[in-house]
Amino acid sequence: MDCAICWGPRVTPEPVLEVRDLRIRFGGVVDAVRGVSLDVRGGETHCLVGESGCGKSVTALAIMGLLGRGAVRSSARLAFRGTEMAGLSEREMAKLRGDKIAMIFQEPMTSLNPAFTIGSQMAEVFERHRGGGRRVALDRAAGLLGRVGVSAPGLRLAQYPHQLSGGLRQRVMIAMALMCDPELLIADEPTTALDVTVQAQILRLLVELQRDLGLAILLITHDLGVVARVAHRVSVMYAGEVVESAPATDLFAAPSHPYTRALLACVPVPGVVRRDQPLGSIPGTVPRMEPGFTGCAFRARCRYAMEVCADDVPLRLQGPDHRYLCQLVV
Amino acid sequence: MLTYLLRRFVLALLVIFTVLTISFALTRLSGDIAVAIAGPAASAEDVAVIRKTYGFDRPLPVQFVEWVRSAASGDLGRSYLYREPVSELIRDRLPVTLKLGFAALMVALLVAIPLGIVAAMREGSLVDRGVMLVALVGQAMPGFWLALLLIIQFGLRLQWLPIAGAEDWTGFVLPAIVLAFSAIPALMRLTRSGMIDALSSDYVRTARAKGLSRASIVMKHALRNAAMPVVAVSAVQLGALLGGSVVIEAVFALHGVGFLAWESISKNDFPVVQAVVLFLAVIYIALTLIADLFNAVLDPRLRAA
Ligand SMILES: Nc1ncnc2c1ncn2[C@@H]1O[C@H](COP(=O)(O)OP(=O)(O)OP(=O)(O)O)[C@@H](O)[C@H]1O
Ligand SMILES: [Mg+2]
Repeated sequence: MDCAICWGPRVTPEPVLEVRDLRIRFGGVVDAVRGVSLDVRGGETHCLVGESGCGKSVTALAIMGLLGRGAVRSSARLAFRGTEMAGLSEREMAKLRGDKIAMIFQEPMTSLNPAFTIGSQMAEVFERHRGGGRRVALDRAAGLLGRVGVSAPGLRLAQYPHQLSGGLRQRVMIAMALMCDPELLIADEPTTALDVTVQAQILRLLVELQRDLGLAILLITHDLGVVARVAHRVSVMYAGEVVESAPATDLFAAPSHPYTRALLACVPVPGVVRRDQPLGSIPGTVPRMEPGFTGCAFRARCRYAMEVCADDVPLRLQGPDHRYLCQLVV
Repeated sequence: MLTYLLRRFVLALLVIFTVLTISFALTRLSGDIAVAIAGPAASAEDVAVIRKTYGFDRPLPVQFVEWVRSAASGDLGRSYLYREPVSELIRDRLPVTLKLGFAALMVALLVAIPLGIVAAMREGSLVDRGVMLVALVGQAMPGFWLALLLIIQFGLRLQWLPIAGAEDWTGFVLPAIVLAFSAIPALMRLTRSGMIDALSSDYVRTARAKGLSRASIVMKHALRNAAMPVVAVSAVQLGALLGGSVVIEAVFALHGVGFLAWESISKNDFPVVQAVVLFLAVIYIALTLIADLFNAVLDPRLRAA
């Protein structure tokens, strides 16, 4: 990273999370993820962008080992700090989850249990992984709530989720994710369900926390404004594949895949990314991928589509660390 | 919370009034009571005297108001058969029925909840299908028939348990099991569907993302939410069980309120019938209220409302 110095703790060279050729198939008929590879390093924010339905959440859930029944996952490598996770038992995975790897979900309104207080839900994750009794856990919870900008943390601990607004619930989710000082935070559109001012606050918060704690963050979003503000590295996802991956500055400077360029072209002022600009202004929608599909999945919507696009797509290099999947040479 | 309970309470009063009306109407509509009381051998004068003594000659609305007023003050009339206040008859027999009802509910919950949880955890599996089949059979099986099967097997063949009366707790075992059977299917289905919903919910996904133990995820996070409707329905089921005890108490010769009802129906002792119907209805309504209260305590969202 060229700006590693300004980011406090240095971006560590060895990846905290390594994903190679991750594939997920639902019910034998839907290929939701088709060979995703990505790395997230310590102190780095890796943004996963793409339109709705392209497989971002499923990728995150697969990394966490939280896919439901009916989903088949395979991968060449799925490693946390060098340890392969694919072979771990449910029990061993549970040891990592909530402790070393934490996740914030896309749905703040429903992700907290309505039957338990905020305090009880925050404390239990600490008690589970660190022990130390409820008192200690609640103290820590109150501290973290204050840290994420929740007013009157002591009061909040005794409240139930329904008494909190969406923004507060998402802050609670973030604070809860931080209870055990995770090394990797997977945040699935943590701000999508929230209004713009709260969005900005929460993003600022994530950046701050990363600076202070050296977190590795995998941030899922379809908001290019968010990407421009916080990403060190970006992977653009389309129909279950990463079609382009590059350091953020390189990606904005030289978007190479037609899909990436179409996304950026949707931003009104060239080069300037507006915060409120969502993806999905490209005509058409992400196709549903069935097993046996070959060629480029974007070709139906691509203005550069050629006959050769039905063949296997080559992986091209645009720079030393900038890859994209396309027949076109930019 | 308070307004919620108040609303429930007013509703309960309305229901009780409806029950009063219906139980009154039923006994008056089922033929001339004076004739029934007097018996087949009585003369026309006898019937007239009876009609006068019991006040059946007065207009129906007057009789109704009278009955509501005395019922409200706890006076449920006198049994023609026992020549005793009905309230005392009921009080004497209530412990047996309550024991039976609670025992049946316990059996039902102890069977239904674990089976429902197991079925939900393996939705669609053979275990799940087996459990659902048992529920279906249980629902289709008439209580008295099951009672006879159990009496033949455990009472007569194996002679493990008494088949009639309640000298000690063993007398309650067979009737409680039979009675429980009627409540098991509904409670089990409810547990199962509640658990299926809870297990696929976002908050259970969060619990898994926190790395909690399987026991905590299922028994705490999922069950707590799935239990709310089960608790509510089990209070209502208890009411139904108490009502259902009429047949079971008759079959097992347990001298409870149900037995009293059965006896008084067959002997045309209409104040008792009327009173027992009212009594069971009030219990049922009270239990429904309690269920709402339980729910309010369990569900923080209701508590705030
Ligand atoms: N349980 C499931 N069974 C079958 N298909 C599924 C399941 N979960 C997800 N999918 C499919 O996988 C694809 C990717 O879904 P995913 O939720 O990852 O999208 P996303 O990129 O997160 O979109 P969004 O931006 O709307 O959150 C979708 O086509 C979806 O229909
Ligand atoms: Mg998603």
